[in-house]
Amino acid sequence: MTDYKYKTDLPVLLPAAKRLARKDERDAIWGFGLMRPSGRQLSVFAIFLILITGVAEARSPDNQQGIISILIEWTPFLFEGFLFNILISAMAMLLGTVLGGILGLMQISLIPSIKHSSWFVTQFFRNSPWLCLLFFTMYMLPFEFDLGFVVIPFPDWLKAVLGLSLPIMANMSEIVRGAIQSIPFGQWEAAESLAFTRRQQLWQIILPQCVKRMLAPWMNWYAILTMATVLASIVGVNEVMTRVSEVLASTGGRVDLLAPLYFYIMTWFFLYTYPIARLTMRAERKFNVNT
Amino acid sequence: MSTLNKNSANGAANMPIVSINNLHKSFGDVEVLKGVSMDIHKGEVVCIIGPSGSGKSTLIRCINALNDINSGSISVEGQEVHSDTLDKLELRKKVGMVFQQYNLFPHKTVLENVMMAPLQVLKQNKAEVKVRALNLLKKVRLDGREDFYPGQLSGGQQQRVAIARSLAMEPDVMLFDEVTAALDPETVKEVLVTIKELAEDGMTCILVTHEMGFAKEVADQIYFTDLGHIVESGTPEVFFNHAKDPRTIEFLSQVL
Repeated sequence: MTDYKYKTDLPVLLPAAKRLARKDERDAIWGFGLMRPSGRQLSVFAIFLILITGVAEARSPDNQQGIISILIEWTPFLFEGFLFNILISAMAMLLGTVLGGILGLMQISLIPSIKHSSWFVTQFFRNSPWLCLLFFTMYMLPFEFDLGFVVIPFPDWLKAVLGLSLPIMANMSEIVRGAIQSIPFGQWEAAESLAFTRRQQLWQIILPQCVKRMLAPWMNWYAILTMATVLASIVGVNEVMTRVSEVLASTGGRVDLLAPLYFYIMTWFFLYTYPIARLTMRAERKFNVNT
Repeated sequence: MSTLNKNSANGAANMPIVSINNLHKSFGDVEVLKGVSMDIHKGEVVCIIGPSGSGKSTLIRCINALNDINSGSISVEGQEVHSDTLDKLELRKKVGMVFQQYNLFPHKTVLENVMMAPLQVLKQNKAEVKVRALNLLKKVRLDGREDFYPGQLSGGQQQRVAIARSLAMEPDVMLFDEVTAALDPETVKEVLVTIKELAEDGMTCILVTHEMGFAKEVADQIYFTDLGHIVESGTPEVFFNHAKDPRTIEFLSQVL
């Protein structure tokens, strides 16, 4: 039992102490505590799942294949598409983070032209609809680059990576700028009066303090990006939503399949991104202490 | 106040280590310093006192070029501070500064805070710097706290780390900008004792302070500023007992 940790003499706090102790036990069972589902959450989820597949199963004609067996049959095909989404999200995040980091540092440059142009780029991409950016990269860029001696192909999914990395870049730029500006000015001055160069001030004193401030919003944007990768289906990338359409088409466009199929995919995204959201919360809580 | 022997210094021994001449400084339309002059010689302890908003902090921030100036001149060891040829890094190696808000680097331990600048700016040998840093921490009575983070220390302790950090650069002049203003009364003393010992060791110190008792005890020279002017200056004995300017007398009657 872990409730020794939550001793209290106040009767009003007893239920809370008990709840915290139960939470700890769950954490112990579920390891890292990334999902931490309560019994209630699990049962709601189960009821929802049964309801959707049940209703769909009931609505489907008797002479056709059952919903669940269709889902199982197509799972490898769909999962491959899902992995592609994850790949796109990871690459877009990487690219967006690198570009956004550079752009964010440019935003605090002392040179007005660099500062202003990077501000403009940031605001432009931050305030554009993601789908517009995706269409933009999709149709404005060539499908291959001919360098004369070698032809580098530039497939659609890479364009999608680029297109999705643009809003991430812009938001990362703002995160970096905001984090740097949230550091008290006295830190700069103290470093300056110790004869650090501006570059040293930034890299040795300011940025190390920014990392923990940036971590939570950065992870948050990754979760948002992951869910946005399905936009790539609109421009024809062979990811999970495209494959869902293919599955629907190959089963003859069965209406009763729509809800369970989409719910199935939503569950995958949930299982992938919810732990990230929890990690974000953890990171926030951890770094809020002692700053 | 003008100084008499400004240009008559005939040799390094007599030359002031910091020389301020007719300094003017404005922030926008507000003129904060309206022609301030003072000379500070090696080993002197100078206290600048005066009401809030009289330009005290601005004055000492100009000395290590944290603020630029509008006209006049400041020189540190003969080097003009506000000129295009100034090497700011060289200046700041000579002039240490301690701030009201300590401004320790929160992501570094006490020892790292003290060692950082000598290692990275002066590129000194790590073992030597460490010996020096540990000695300095001992001097400010913080031995045993090397591995603490600033957030784990009290305000007074943090301020003493800040002093040690600045001393680790082995500056010729130390600037103290209201270093006890953010501290509670009990910890003020421990910081003042540290500064006093520093002064007794012969360090040139320029302090902006509200601690009258401390100024009286430690200062060689006191400057009283009001509305951007130095209205009175002199030794503590003269300043506290024979002030002439009515503003000084009024100020002293309020704070003493």
